[in-house]
Amino acid sequence: MSILSYNGGCVLAMKGKGCVAIASDRRFGVQTSTLAMDFQRIFEMGPHLYVGLPGLATDTLTVHERLRFRLNLYELRESRKIKPQTFSAMVSNLLYERRFGPYFVEPVIAGLDPVTWEPFISAMDLIGCPNVPEDFVVAGTCAEQLFGMCEALWEPNLEPDSLFETISQALMNAFDRDAISGWGGIVHVIEKDKVTTRLLKTRMD
Amino acid sequence: MASTKVVNIPKGGFSFENCQRNNFMAKQGFPAPKAVKTGTTIAGFIFKDGVILGADTRATEGNIVADKNCFKLHYMAPNIYCAGAGTAADLEMTTLQMSSQLELHRLNTGRQVKVATATRLLKQMLFRYQGHIGAALVLGGIDSSGPHVCCIYPHGSTDSLPFVAMGSGSLAAMAFLESGWKPDMELAEAKVLMRNAICGGIFNDLMSGSHVDLCIITREKAEMIRPFEVANVKGERQGSYRYPLGCTATLSTRVIPIEIESTVVRPVAEESMDTA
Repeated sequence: MSILSYNGGCVLAMKGKGCVAIASDRRFGVQTSTLAMDFQRIFEMGPHLYVGLPGLATDTLTVHERLRFRLNLYELRESRKIKPQTFSAMVSNLLYERRFGPYFVEPVIAGLDPVTWEPFISAMDLIGCPNVPEDFVVAGTCAEQLFGMCEALWEPNLEPDSLFETISQALMNAFDRDAISGWGGIVHVIEKDKVTTRLLKTRMD
Repeated sequence: MASTKVVNIPKGGFSFENCQRNNFMAKQGFPAPKAVKTGTTIAGFIFKDGVILGADTRATEGNIVADKNCFKLHYMAPNIYCAGAGTAADLEMTTLQMSSQLELHRLNTGRQVKVATATRLLKQMLFRYQGHIGAALVLGGIDSSGPHVCCIYPHGSTDSLPFVAMGSGSLAAMAFLESGWKPDMELAEAKVLMRNAICGGIFNDLMSGSHVDLCIITREKAEMIRPFEVANVKGERQGSYRYPLGCTATLSTRVIPIEIESTVVRPVAEESMDTA
């Protein structure tokens, strides 16, 4: 068993039409015993920018704090909001610095560009190799199941409401086939004028 | 939540602060997971007017295809490009760092960078890391001494040859190059040969796949053709699998409105040229 699946958990993000969505499960466990069902692994890094950090829970917290520190310094120095592309490079650099002693997280970034409102998603491996696709990104212990669900359900130009249904169903059906993910889900749909956060009613086993 | 530990300003270079902890966890029976590899087919060769580089676009994480359309051809300098195989993060970061080093070198010397300079810089860096940076590269470019293709191994050794292939699909690609390459090929012939070599990797090597990307470097310009050929088209979906609205049960919904207090649009008028 790899250290990445010690605590369980998964995150996925999808692009829609003028919007992006990012979703995760809410389980925190130690191997097969579940300790909490309200664990946060998606963090708000700006009004239109969210980062999901599935992996080892201790590193989820540490990496989030380190990112927040670098982000605050960036926004103080530049006195403007960070672009998702720039933030993605920042995460990538943070992880690659630890190339030979990595943090065990696989970040997923979703956001809208603060100037053009272009949707942006990206994912990284644990040493910060960025992957910036046009459709969806997945990470976590049920990444294989998520790939399958997303390949089947995702289609281009989904409106925010349809995007929510698509990402929620992809998430729930994927983690129902994974013993160490699940126990509730959270979905953020990011639009130009609002962010809608929904807690999903899921199987609790 | 905030601890004093986070307040460290990055100094540059690698950090080894997690190594002791990670080694301890490995001893407890939780080994470090594998990073994304680009088990790859990349090739490069010299033709009449310059150099042509080719690559497939699959990135793999174990048996999973992590990225179906990734970039494997990297910019080094206006006259030098490079194709990469190996650990994806290492390739990305190494080529970024080297391209900035080469640009600084160009500004310092005021000349076009030579392919030999790029090769030497890369091999010295990779040798210093004794193969721990898993980057296998095919470097191609044209400079004052003519066209060059060079392959650089992760431990820092280099081959300078008229045609080379690297990555897990290199055997398939090399089969095509060995039988098809000849000196002073025309551009059209060269494109077909490179396409065949990369497709050899795509269809015969499981770690290579998706499309063919090409980069053609001549004296006048460098041209990136992405994709050159979509070798594997995704099938059309027969039905719609869209869920009807409202079929996902939610426990709570919170809407954070983002109110824009003011929008200032400042048009930047182009100034007329001062001719006085």
